[in-house]
Amino acid sequence: MKLRTLTLGLAGAAVAAGGAMAQDGDPIELGIPVFLSGAASGPFGLPQQNGATVLIEALNAGEVPAPYDQVGINGRQVEATYVDEAADPVQEYRNLVERDEVDAVVGYTSSGNCKAVAPLAEELQQLTVLVDCGTPQIFESVVTDPTYLFRTGPTGTIDSVGAVRYLMDTGVDMSRVAGINQNYAWGQDAWADFTGSLEALETGSDITTEQFPQVFAGQYGAEVSALLTSGANAIHTSFWGGDLEAFILQAAPRGLFQRSAVVMTTGEAAMQRLPDEIPEGAIIGARGPYSYFAPDTELANWFRETYEAEYGNPPSYPAWKMAQAILGLKAAWEKADSDDPAEIAAAFENLEFETPAGTVRMAIGNGHQAIQGIAYGTYALDDEGNPTVENVISYNAECVNPPADQTAAEWIEAGFPGADCE
Amino acid sequence: MMKTDFRREPLYIAILAVLLIVGFFLPSWLRFLLQTALAGGLVALGVALQMRAGLVNFGQGLYYALGGYAVGMLAAQAGITDIFILLIAAVLVSTVAGIVLGLLLSRYREIFYAMLSLAVSMILYGLLVKAAWLGSTDGFNIPPVSYLGWTPDRAVRPDIYYVTTAVLTVIACLATARYLTSGAGMLCEAVAENEIRLEYLGASPRKVAFIVIVVASALSGLGGGLLAMSTGHVDPLMTNWTTSGGFVFVALLAGRGSTIAPVIGFFLLELVRTYALDLAPNAWQMILGLVMLAVILLLPEGLWSLIERRRKA
Repeated sequence: MKLRTLTLGLAGAAVAAGGAMAQDGDPIELGIPVFLSGAASGPFGLPQQNGATVLIEALNAGEVPAPYDQVGINGRQVEATYVDEAADPVQEYRNLVERDEVDAVVGYTSSGNCKAVAPLAEELQQLTVLVDCGTPQIFESVVTDPTYLFRTGPTGTIDSVGAVRYLMDTGVDMSRVAGINQNYAWGQDAWADFTGSLEALETGSDITTEQFPQVFAGQYGAEVSALLTSGANAIHTSFWGGDLEAFILQAAPRGLFQRSAVVMTTGEAAMQRLPDEIPEGAIIGARGPYSYFAPDTELANWFRETYEAEYGNPPSYPAWKMAQAILGLKAAWEKADSDDPAEIAAAFENLEFETPAGTVRMAIGNGHQAIQGIAYGTYALDDEGNPTVENVISYNAECVNPPADQTAAEWIEAGFPGADCE
Repeated sequence: MMKTDFRREPLYIAILAVLLIVGFFLPSWLRFLLQTALAGGLVALGVALQMRAGLVNFGQGLYYALGGYAVGMLAAQAGITDIFILLIAAVLVSTVAGIVLGLLLSRYREIFYAMLSLAVSMILYGLLVKAAWLGSTDGFNIPPVSYLGWTPDRAVRPDIYYVTTAVLTVIACLATARYLTSGAGMLCEAVAENEIRLEYLGASPRKVAFIVIVVASALSGLGGGLLAMSTGHVDPLMTNWTTSGGFVFVALLAGRGSTIAPVIGFFLLELVRTYALDLAPNAWQMILGLVMLAVILLLPEGLWSLIERRRKA
């Protein structure tokens, strides 16, 4: 009888779900949602999963350099459950929290997913660390009074503000500016911040063209033509992943990079993939001080070398951001020296912690949102033909992030009041 | 051919109601899955209804998104949080859209109907993606809703959401069953079988098609509104063709023999999906695909044919 089978099945699932609660001394379970399928899995999901895997392995073995040399997290071993972010984010978040009963959720790259799970983290009172999503709205409008929700990655604002500052500081003629961004939230926000920053810094720029091709379009012939004929001196793009690579492959042979200074805010992720195709001199960003822009510290070098030894290529910025999130959680957990989520959350608030990418401060969003500086540089191949960056200029966190009492949009609109760029 | 007898519908719906009462005691994640599946199931039901008239709608997500966005925009931007107003608005908006589009779409059949409905839903998708003020692809969040001036506590909120969704689903199934036993509902299959003969008998196939489109749009709008409430978030993916394709698939997988088939089918599919994700985070689509293939090969008339077959035997 079909219906009886169904009822029995449901009842069985109900029994199976009421598993044992985690006890002290058991491993700490981290739920890690990253993209395991779809267009974002290659450029983001894979390096994030790899970064988490090597870091957790090293943490459990106690091999991470100081100040993270304590085994695991607060002496407890760490276990990770990876889940595909491409599935329904709200349902899978609930599954992690209520079915798998993880101790903390660390992940998310898509801003849409971050927005969807942010209120849930507070509702379910679940310690949650957002890794990579860029929208500043999370703590500005979605969750204004956070307790359990944190984001250790800086917002997307710093990419655009830093890009404008870099163009100005390197003496690029800013009279004619153009942009090409994907027509979805990420591209629209990046371009809005970029043009807002142009106005805030009074560059007097004339926007010659703004191209918004469909996300994952893959073909940019017409857009490149429009950019070439627009006569722009500087071009901004927030393309990422396959779209960025397609854009580079299609725009470089047509001389776009010779004619204009092209800023690629996520360009770092393409460096290992297209070392010979990216024209030297193209302006590259990594959405923060990651990867080639990371400081020369023991922790940074350890992370880079360990990752490369495991996977054969150096970590791209999403891997650094994942490491940053896990280390932030570890720092908070050990500062609290308790397994009570409320105490860990309290210790996380306004925390200052070391990461492979330098010191991170949870300074805005009521102490739940990290600020970090950003760096840009120009692409070059070193003597051995390895991709690298030169002419690097770093901007400190206070220069490119809004103060705690202002939203990113207000801050840009007001002309960066209180920005400290020394 | 699928049975057209819907006299047993009240019994099936009673069984659904009992299942939903049992569902109340499921662990919270599973109950949430059931709750969102009920919302999606209503849309799949809308698709299944149209299939009875031979119309395959590859753009049913349009009404689903309209319902969701109607709830979202009223709650998040206009500050109206009463659930009854929100859901009535969701049904109203999608029904009006269904009436307007039905006037056009009821003239078309087969692939033309499928493609036109797909095109219209993708136009809405394109508009929403361009609308930065609605969060573009990120969508936006919806505040908790109130019930006639009462805003439930955080602790009981999920219970109330579930009860509301379950009750409305049962009511919607009852209303649909009532429609299916009416003249307009019973003629659906005649439209699929032989329109010319139907016209000779004095009925208007266009009118029958129009009515089924409108009924389906109302159901989908309710589904969209319920989903928006449950997840507290809407985004343009609701009207993307992949979402609509999923509804078509559930309608095929579940079978068209009962109004409760798509609702239960949607839940079973989501259950397979979530366990596939848990078991094989890197290959869950493959498991899902294999299950779908198996159902199509072994049960070409859908899951419901298991029950139909038993009854005939």
